[in-house]
Amino acid sequence: MSFDINEYYSRLNGGEVLMAFKGSISSELISNVLEVVESRLDEYDESSKIRKKVYNVLVESLQNLYHHIEVLPSAMQKEFDDKFGILVVSRLEDRYKISTGNFITQDKVDVLRNKIDKINSMSREELKDMYKFILNHQRLSDKGGGGLGLVDIARKTGNQLEYTFERYDDRYYFFNLDVYIEIAM
Amino acid sequence: MEALSIEGTAKTPSVKFDGQQGVIEIKGRSIPENSIEFYKPLVEWLEEYSSTPMDLTQVNVQLEYFNTSSSKCILDVFKKLEAIHKGKSEVIINWYYEEDDEDMLEAGEDYESIIRVPFKMIEIVE
Repeated sequence: MSFDINEYYSRLNGGEVLMAFKGSISSELISNVLEVVESRLDEYDESSKIRKKVYNVLVESLQNLYHHIEVLPSAMQKEFDDKFGILVVSRLEDRYKISTGNFITQDKVDVLRNKIDKINSMSREELKDMYKFILNHQRLSDKGGGGLGLVDIARKTGNQLEYTFERYDDRYYFFNLDVYIEIAM
Repeated sequence: MEALSIEGTAKTPSVKFDGQQGVIEIKGRSIPENSIEFYKPLVEWLEEYSSTPMDLTQVNVQLEYFNTSSSKCILDVFKKLEAIHKGKSEVIINWYYEEDDEDMLEAGEDYESIIRVPFKMIEIVE
């Protein structure tokens, strides 16, 4: 059976959902999401440290989507918005969860999987060194992405990046990334 | 040379570069999707300033948030300052971070380890 976006999306909506969105990921959308989540975070009695972590990780997650999203073929655009992505921010008992999802072409799956596995295998110190190396040696892409987003998320959360790749059709996979931020850090 | 002054927005910081006083300030949030565009005039201003810098240039960086796209541009700004510091004039970077914001302190320390300019880490206590 082929991967069902709607089923997947409703499964993400567990815990207290601060924000759930599926559709086109634009710069304006990012601004709106950040504003809404920031005010929702103020409603919880969270320390400024946790609020900042959640906000920072959310910025990177959204901008990762923004920079890496695929332009879908017209047949898929009937069903999905252009620059289609999914975002769900929720508060579980002891941690925040930021889930993002987007389509990627099959040829990029292995590179991304290897990158995340490498990040997940690294110690805090190794991540710091990797961050500094990329910061100092790699140029920004034309779109403004720097290849630092996932490393930064891993450093700030101190958690494994959990992911799945679901096959959509011959060409496309749906990439889901779950990032957790412990509340009692 | 003319001062550079940019108002802050929800995604970009306020900027005040004053060549006469030798005081350079970046404050607020720096989370634009594409930071190159925003930082280009800052780097260009510093390029010009570096030909006739003050004996002492004080740099105040007080960011609440910055994204990884900005982090590279901030490094470019610091590299310009490093070049000035290598010459005859002195540069000090004051890196402000809010109490408990270990991530922001660590970010400052990352830069300190890359850039050969004295850094002062300043905790803002509310």
